[in-house]
Amino acid sequence: MHNDVAPMHARSAEDAGEHVGFIVELPEFSGPLDLLLSLIRDEQVDIYDIPIARIAEQFLARIHGMRIDDAAEYLEMAARLLRIKAQMLLPRPEGMEAWEDPRAELVRRLLEYQQVREVVDVLERLSDDRRNRFARSYVQVQAEPVDRDDRPFAATLADLFAAVDRVLRQATRPLVHDVIPRALDVDGAMRSIRAVMALRSRAKWGDIVSRDAEPWQILSVLLALLELAKSGELRIAQPKPFASMELSGDTAS
Amino acid sequence: MTPLARLLEAALFASARPIPSDTLSQLDPESTPAGVAAALDEIRERYDNEGHGVELVAVSDGWQILTRPEYTEAIERAQLAARPQRLSGAALETLAIVAYRQPIGRLEIEDIRGVGAGAILKSLQERGLVDVTGRGEGMGRPLLYGTTPLFLEHFALRHLGELPRADELTVALRPALPQAS
Repeated sequence: MHNDVAPMHARSAEDAGEHVGFIVELPEFSGPLDLLLSLIRDEQVDIYDIPIARIAEQFLARIHGMRIDDAAEYLEMAARLLRIKAQMLLPRPEGMEAWEDPRAELVRRLLEYQQVREVVDVLERLSDDRRNRFARSYVQVQAEPVDRDDRPFAATLADLFAAVDRVLRQATRPLVHDVIPRALDVDGAMRSIRAVMALRSRAKWGDIVSRDAEPWQILSVLLALLELAKSGELRIAQPKPFASMELSGDTAS
Repeated sequence: MTPLARLLEAALFASARPIPSDTLSQLDPESTPAGVAAALDEIRERYDNEGHGVELVAVSDGWQILTRPEYTEAIERAQLAARPQRLSGAALETLAIVAYRQPIGRLEIEDIRGVGAGAILKSLQERGLVDVTGRGEGMGRPLLYGTTPLFLEHFALRHLGELPRADELTVALRPALPQAS
């Protein structure tokens, strides 16, 4: 899986203009246990009898020069390995049956992690299989633009001047806005929604807009709903596409 | 094809997501679960035996029409559809742990993987593959995570039981643990 460590990703800091060394990442390992397993596999050592001194040394060599924020977890593992190495050097009590191998906990974790890697292989296979099948993708049908003239644009110099002239004449004309008061009653709509929600904890769109509502009323209710949802007074949910919207006063979750 | 099989085929064609079995049953109020199952069998056999480019696949608790893998490359080359991105190794590890040990908290995941899992859990949650399913006992009542129906869909599984059982996984490095210590 991760047998090849040679192509480490190295990012140089050439952009900075001066030599600040290399930042080395170990992207092919998903963590210290992954690196450790790969070492054990590369060195073909028995996981139940790990030569701790050798593996610890190699582990340190591999993480040498790693980016510091990634390195923390690897350094913790390195420290653990060195502690186990030290414990292995202690003389074993004579004749004691229940000598606990200081490596036992590490072996347990490695085996557990190895199982996870095996599940990952299964998931990877399943996901690749699924990725190779397409479901029908839902695309809302939209009218194609009618005017699809792909011919290259052609114009004479005179056309261009005329066009520029038209644009300039338009631009100098003073802009006059007609400001019309907004014929919406958002506050009123908010009041009536609050009144409905006070009576019942759940409501549907149809409960707060009457069938013969005029466009300005519908718009007012819509804006009022968004306003209330924004302030957290109610929750708007649509259980599935095209379903009617459900409003609930319960905003606890 | 029977009228019910035709109706189900039309519904399956119109839906971009797997249709749950009970929704399929509701399409025709007079249909029985056994009738729906027979109609689904009919569609599937027809697709398989007549050499269709699509097949009927059981996913999560429902059914879905999917294209056959041999046409993936041509479809992708013509840019009609694109395969989704692969999940990273770290994401798959996290999913594997959640799938087998759910409900499980972030600390336990980190303990097994030996690295932080917060960011990955968040992105898996955003993708809808895992979700918070409860809170654990103990300090801070930690959030517990579990897999979602979309997880099953992503791996085209009908249920979690289709994954290999934990005791079936070979620990491939060396034969069984010596009964020491």
